Amino acid sequence: MTIYLPIAELPVNIFTLLALGIAVGFISGMFGVGGGFLMTPLLIFLGVSPAVAVASVSTHMAASSFSGTLNYLRRKLVDVQLGLVLLSGGLTGTLAGVVVFMVLRRYGQLDLVIAVSYITLLGAIGSLMVIESLRALIRNWRGQAVQVRRPGAHPWFLRMPFKMRFRQSRIYVSIIPVVTIGFAIGFLGALMGIGGGFILVPALIYLLRVPTLTSVATSLLLTLVTMVAAIVMHAVLNQTVDAVLGLVLMIGGTIGAQFGARAGQSMKAENLRLLLGLLVLAVGIRVAVDQIARPADLYAVTINEGAR
Amino acid sequence: MIAPLARLLVLALLLAAGPAGATELVLSLSKPRVTITSSFTGDSIVLFGVIEPGADAPTDVTYDVVISARGPNESFVTWRKERRFGLWTNGDSRTFVAAPSYLAVLSNRPPAQIAAPDILRQEQAGFAQNRLLQRLGTDYADVVPGDPFRQAFLRVKQTQGLYLERTDAVEFLAPRVFRAAIPLPGIAPVGRYDVVVKLFANGDMLKRGATTLDVAKVDFEQAVATAAQDHAWLYGIVTALGALMVGFIGNLVFRRD
Repeated sequence: MTIYLPIAELPVNIFTLLALGIAVGFISGMFGVGGGFLMTPLLIFLGVSPAVAVASVSTHMAASSFSGTLNYLRRKLVDVQLGLVLLSGGLTGTLAGVVVFMVLRRYGQLDLVIAVSYITLLGAIGSLMVIESLRALIRNWRGQAVQVRRPGAHPWFLRMPFKMRFRQSRIYVSIIPVVTIGFAIGFLGALMGIGGGFILVPALIYLLRVPTLTSVATSLLLTLVTMVAAIVMHAVLNQTVDAVLGLVLMIGGTIGAQFGARAGQSMKAENLRLLLGLLVLAVGIRVAVDQIARPADLYAVTINEGAR
Repeated sequence: MIAPLARLLVLALLLAAGPAGATELVLSLSKPRVTITSSFTGDSIVLFGVIEPGADAPTDVTYDVVISARGPNESFVTWRKERRFGLWTNGDSRTFVAAPSYLAVLSNRPPAQIAAPDILRQEQAGFAQNRLLQRLGTDYADVVPGDPFRQAFLRVKQTQGLYLERTDAVEFLAPRVFRAAIPLPGIAPVGRYDVVVKLFANGDMLKRGATTLDVAKVDFEQAVATAAQDHAWLYGIVTALGALMVGFIGNLVFRRD
């Protein structure tokens, strides 16, 4: 059964879209990532134009992150205070990212920068997560004691001024690195068209030493706020939000996210990190292969948006 | 499909009864307005034509018809991928200004057999004869047909099903009555399409006829598209609230505790 998308202006199979929503929703619920880094390329593959894909995926991410956030709120795992501090940096970063996006587009090298960013970022973060979680698994397997966090072991950036206590996350750290992380997420999100959950979760776990489940929950809250802002911004500035496409994706996504969240909670933290690491690495390798392999057709045709 | 044909035949009869002046070409589309609904996956529009020979028409001829259907013009950029630092990226590009977003060239036999090359070129009759303006520096011109960017542009559009050439699509039902189907893919752009019919007799262009075809969104699709255009703020906020609603409902439905 096909359905015509009014803004994307093309017919697609409704079941393909639903399946896509469920699969990506499952992953986003499980790991607390928005899923944009998976969904956007898949929609482009279906024939949706990149601008419409990026904008419509934000509606899907808003729905599934809201559903996920409610789950974690009920389990009292969301650190709202940490979320708000991250957000203050995040919204500034989004603005900076939009400006850089415009400059790069003027020089015609946006595609290259996006591809290189994806490869570097996903490759680095994916490898780090896989290595770290494998180490943890090996430690468990050998029966070694899990390292206990010592108060004096904080790295220098957590000991900077303006310290704040985040009770939910059980950390007492300077807000400078927290705001900086938020800024970086917002910046990369605007530049690469991703929610940033897959960067934020490891950043919270490894840099700020926030417990894994609280990281996932707080990251969902941040994704929710950023994506709602993104929907309105895209709708007003570009008119590229396809509500029909978004609706089908979010129905699938919400269902998938519920099962994903349960699967995530029943899993050991190390296993969860290993899986997310492998997934991130796989997407990074996929982007790299696409860029390195010789394309089937050396030519591509795009609509000249500037001439409209 | 029957009704337009009947109307056409009546028209033809009326014309036949009139004074024999110049040759007339009577055209009718099975559907002058294609509506895009939620189940739209493409459509096929049938064009009927009746030739009414006038005093200028040579007797004892075989007619040839070349039909060109062109969608609304758009500006397109064709990129050539180049290897830079080991990565394939968009390198050199050419901008095609005001190229049709849809182009179907239909004829009853290969245009090369219908008329001499210079006539075909002048009339833009045939797929290879369509002019595609490129911006070359400050100048606008069409380049040689062998230009790799031009060929790549045509190839990509043909793969998408938006450009097509059928040299056997025009079917003569009677010596002076013809029919052709114009296939519109699901991704056909909305707007007004120009359908131009060129009638050739013994290798000469005899008559040019034209009609238009509208492709438009209706009902829900139209409402969504209009809302997104005219009430962008409202549309964005409603979409965001809708997203939150779906998330909330999903959470309630699947709540376990």
